[in-house]
Amino acid sequence: MSNVPDNLKYTKTHEWIRQESDGTLTIGVTDHAQGLLGDMVFVEVPDVDANFNSGDDCAVVESVKAASDVYCPVSGEITETNEALADTPEMVNNDPFGDGWLFKLRPTDPNEISTLLDANGYQEIIAEDSH
Amino acid sequence: MLIFEQSMPKRQNAAQIPISRAEITDLPKRFLRQQPPALPEVSELQTVRHYTRLSQKNFSIDTHFYPLGSCTMKYNPRGCNTLAMLPEFLARHPYGPENLGQGYLGCLYDLQEILKDVTGMTAVSLTPMAGAQGELAGVTMIRAYHDANNDTDRTEILVPDAAHGTNPATATMCGYTVKEIPTNKEGDVDLEALKQATGPQTAGIMLTNPSTLGIFEREIKTIADIVHSVGGLLYYDGANLNAILGKVKPGDMGFDVIHMNLHKTFSTPHGGGGPGAGPVGVNKRLQPFLPIPMVGFDGKKYTWLSETEVPQSIGRLSAFMGNAGVLLRAYIYARLLGREGMSRVAEFATLNSNYLMTKLADAGFDMALPSRRATHEFILTLKRQAQQQGITAVDFAKRLLDYGFHAPTTYFPLIVPECLLIEPTETESKQALDQFVDAMIKIQKEADETPDLLKGAPYTLPVRRLDDVKAAREVDIAWKKKNKT
Repeated sequence: MSNVPDNLKYTKTHEWIRQESDGTLTIGVTDHAQGLLGDMVFVEVPDVDANFNSGDDCAVVESVKAASDVYCPVSGEITETNEALADTPEMVNNDPFGDGWLFKLRPTDPNEISTLLDANGYQEIIAEDSH
Repeated sequence: MLIFEQSMPKRQNAAQIPISRAEITDLPKRFLRQQPPALPEVSELQTVRHYTRLSQKNFSIDTHFYPLGSCTMKYNPRGCNTLAMLPEFLARHPYGPENLGQGYLGCLYDLQEILKDVTGMTAVSLTPMAGAQGELAGVTMIRAYHDANNDTDRTEILVPDAAHGTNPATATMCGYTVKEIPTNKEGDVDLEALKQATGPQTAGIMLTNPSTLGIFEREIKTIADIVHSVGGLLYYDGANLNAILGKVKPGDMGFDVIHMNLHKTFSTPHGGGGPGAGPVGVNKRLQPFLPIPMVGFDGKKYTWLSETEVPQSIGRLSAFMGNAGVLLRAYIYARLLGREGMSRVAEFATLNSNYLMTKLADAGFDMALPSRRATHEFILTLKRQAQQQGITAVDFAKRLLDYGFHAPTTYFPLIVPECLLIEPTETESKQALDQFVDAMIKIQKEADETPDLLKGAPYTLPVRRLDDVKAAREVDIAWKKKNKT
């Protein structure tokens, strides 16, 4: 079974979101998603200062099987990206909730976070997927 | 061994150097080569052996059952090659005057007419040089049409999530935003999602029918009505035309523009990405925008149609007129089949596919869409084996090589987990199909009894299982001369 930490928020499209103390959000792809995709070979992160609406595709994770879009979970501005992934995309596989994070974002509307799934909600999505 | 590694300095064969070298005097000096090119210095016999050996290492349709099917390349009848290589065709200069090329122009004109007829479109241009260029031409025409109507607020192209990756790429290249439409559980386009996604911003939809799921889109009429009702156009991706050739016409389904992959459906050889041919067909409203040149006929004489005759054309896509040799082969293929033979292509492609699917289902394999009849291809999913036995689609694909079968397409379409997309095509015999089924049953037995065996496959080929992760992360495909110390 894949790991779904309780302290994170999630989307149906398999992104995880962590609320930081400075008001920014850290975003990555879930353990379940990296398991489905397989070994990562390339990660494309957005530009710092770029603005996205929720649901926009803003990053790409490419594995030996497929290239997948990563969708912006809430609207906001990119404040930082994980540059280490350029040389070590496998961190998304090895540590999806830690060193494998993709980017940080300052949300336009902090209340939008309440629209995201909690760990239980996301577990249900995965359960449906594996039927 | 690479041919460069067989190279010895100064091993040159003067007999191969042309004797009458044209003196080129008008090239600026800075563009002239200062040193000879770094070509391998090998004898003629070494060269022959090297490439013969390489070809023997290859899996190909000439040597093995090749269930990638028309998606990659189906069998190319040898007669087409023989006729397309008549010296009169081969030696024709592309700038030769029309009156000295009436035979060649006549073949191209007839090919335009045949493609119009078999697809139900009003006009055809042969000039795109590949499927992707055909797509680019098609969506560029959609844009040209809306622009000509001063209808410039259309910014979106709809693409089902089962589509080929080239569709969203093409729409993006043409400056459109892509909106993805989900597929329902039965494999058809989700009509509710489609209705919600369409509106005054919709420029068109790109659709493959039969879809990449290997099934015929049953709601095509409704889809056409929904998209047309908001002023959008329908684009037909011809990748799966093989299944319906001579049976159903995209024009009758309501499509406004279509590209055809002649190198797939009309059986012309292409390897490593070329040369191909991706003609486009359109209905009346897009006709003025077709790419040039095309071939016209006034009842007496064949002529090139260019800017003068087609002033609203989206323009030229290549020097001259596409890949002449490929177009000729497709023309000869179509003439050898005739109208009747062309529908037999679709019948046998579909029969072979359904036979193979039924035999594999009887043998216990899971189909992605068990309730649907297959078209020319079908999808088998190894999700159960992956979950229960840890044996994936790649393991099956690699082991098939040991049994003398080229692997089918794996992991496409993306929406079906652990899938094999199997397309036998119309030219395989029942014996070949039965042998393939036997091999699949044996591999399943190996998965049950000796799963580690599958993880190491293939064992019998010149190259064993590649580290595809390392290959993708550390691409190294260029030979570099080592500095001698």
